[in-house]
Amino acid sequence: MQTIKPVYLDADKCNGCVSCMKRCPTEAIRVRGGKATVMYERCVGCGECVKICPTGAKKEYYDKLESIEKYRYKIAVPAPSLYGQFNNLTDTDFVLTGLKRIGFDAVYEVGYAAECISEATQQWLDYAPVKPVISSSCPAVVNLILMRYEHLIDHLSPLLMPEQLAAKSALQEALALGYKREEIGVFVIAECAAKVLQLKRTDTIDGVLSTKEIYFPLLSEMNKIDRPEPLKKAGKIGVSWGSSAGQAMGLNNDNYLLADGIENVIGVLNELEHDKLSHIDFLELNACQPGCSGGSLNVENPFLARTRLRVLRKHAAPTPPRPIDRKDCSIEQPYTGDNVFKLADDRIEAMKKMIAVQEIYAKLPGINCGSCGAPTCMAFAEDVVKGLDVRCVHKP
Amino acid sequence: MSSIKLRYDVDGSDFISCGKASEDVKRTLKSIGMPSDVIRKVSIAMYEGEVNMVIHAEGGVAEVEIFEDRIAIDLIDTGKGIADVEKAMQEGYSTATDAIRELGFGAGMGLPNMKKYSDDMQIDSIVGQGTTVHLVFNV
Repeated sequence: MQTIKPVYLDADKCNGCVSCMKRCPTEAIRVRGGKATVMYERCVGCGECVKICPTGAKKEYYDKLESIEKYRYKIAVPAPSLYGQFNNLTDTDFVLTGLKRIGFDAVYEVGYAAECISEATQQWLDYAPVKPVISSSCPAVVNLILMRYEHLIDHLSPLLMPEQLAAKSALQEALALGYKREEIGVFVIAECAAKVLQLKRTDTIDGVLSTKEIYFPLLSEMNKIDRPEPLKKAGKIGVSWGSSAGQAMGLNNDNYLLADGIENVIGVLNELEHDKLSHIDFLELNACQPGCSGGSLNVENPFLARTRLRVLRKHAAPTPPRPIDRKDCSIEQPYTGDNVFKLADDRIEAMKKMIAVQEIYAKLPGINCGSCGAPTCMAFAEDVVKGLDVRCVHKP
Repeated sequence: MSSIKLRYDVDGSDFISCGKASEDVKRTLKSIGMPSDVIRKVSIAMYEGEVNMVIHAEGGVAEVEIFEDRIAIDLIDTGKGIADVEKAMQEGYSTATDAIRELGFGAGMGLPNMKKYSDDMQIDSIVGQGTTVHLVFNV
């Protein structure tokens, strides 16, 4: 698997506190030389470090709005959580029309594609060889499973993220209008670091913008609109995808389990490992709370945004059955796991290292204080065995 | 080649948060790069064993030894013991209280699942003295 780099450090702002290191769910952060460093091969892109950083030193990557200028035909592909960022909004056409006014030639809603994915998921639930099926829509959750829960990979839904389906369909529409591929710029507007990185790897997508960067130009244009263009296609289900339970709602099946927040997701995956969830059909797992409205690239309080989405859902049209081709909605390459936590590729070598880790660990205080620059005493012991020059401040 | 030895006290007073020992074993097995199907089997069987110790014996000790080609787990308690091991092995048979069943445990699948997911299982039990369950998983 390709190493992902969802976040970077503004080193001048980092004061070496251990907040991000303690929060990281995969123990991917170490504080070295007074600065937080990320072991990117372990990073799932959940964005927890960005959210917790008290000095604003941790930042997400995304493309700048100016980057759309390179293209003759520019398509905005907005995620449903975007709709929850505006006060007193009852009609999503204001957002979509606003996007055209800030420079896009067309819009294609992720919410519409999400409704197609909902439909395809309903069909997949009839064929899936193992239950529960785990939603593949949160890339941080998918990354976590590929890295840490290899034996649960069979549970992952083989469907595209709605953003990927939306981009693919938007591109097809633009090509049908007669534009050449190189003239078309497909830009997803995303709300989290994990999506930015996952979508940057998708060849139908030319760039990924952030909600927070387009927010003010968009808001200013939206305020000037008297009568918006009738652009919206997403109905109640598509709008609901912007926060937790949206996906589950689109299934017409109450036998689902919903968990949001990365630590809660890990708790549920552990239950699944213990074979305790075989009576459930579908797991909607979102790394952020409450779902995508909690993405770190949003501007609004996540819970307020969710409430606004609820208002919008009331005003949205009921979602009719969407015509889909399940093959069109499916991923091209099967998932491949990559256990990044093993101490060595060779098992005997890894066992020798583990014995050494246990010996070191037995001498440590076990208080997980983080002063050494590793999140736990066990992580410190592993770092020592890996040959890193680190010291425990309690046991000199 | 020596083995990796792990030992856990299983707290009998709190079965809501039970599963810490199997969680740690799982983490260790992942660090060693054990095949994922082996990790899954160990994880399910050991969790069942932990729950059993907490429900029926007020906790105990879990001793785990990891070899290159197998994993041996002893779940040792000093509880009331199992009067009829053959009966206890039947699916659906349980002596758990109604209160525990209310919480979704005590379905009578603990020992059968441990047998199903392990490659070898032996039960030594003396009524009034306690039970030791030996589990072996081949890699």
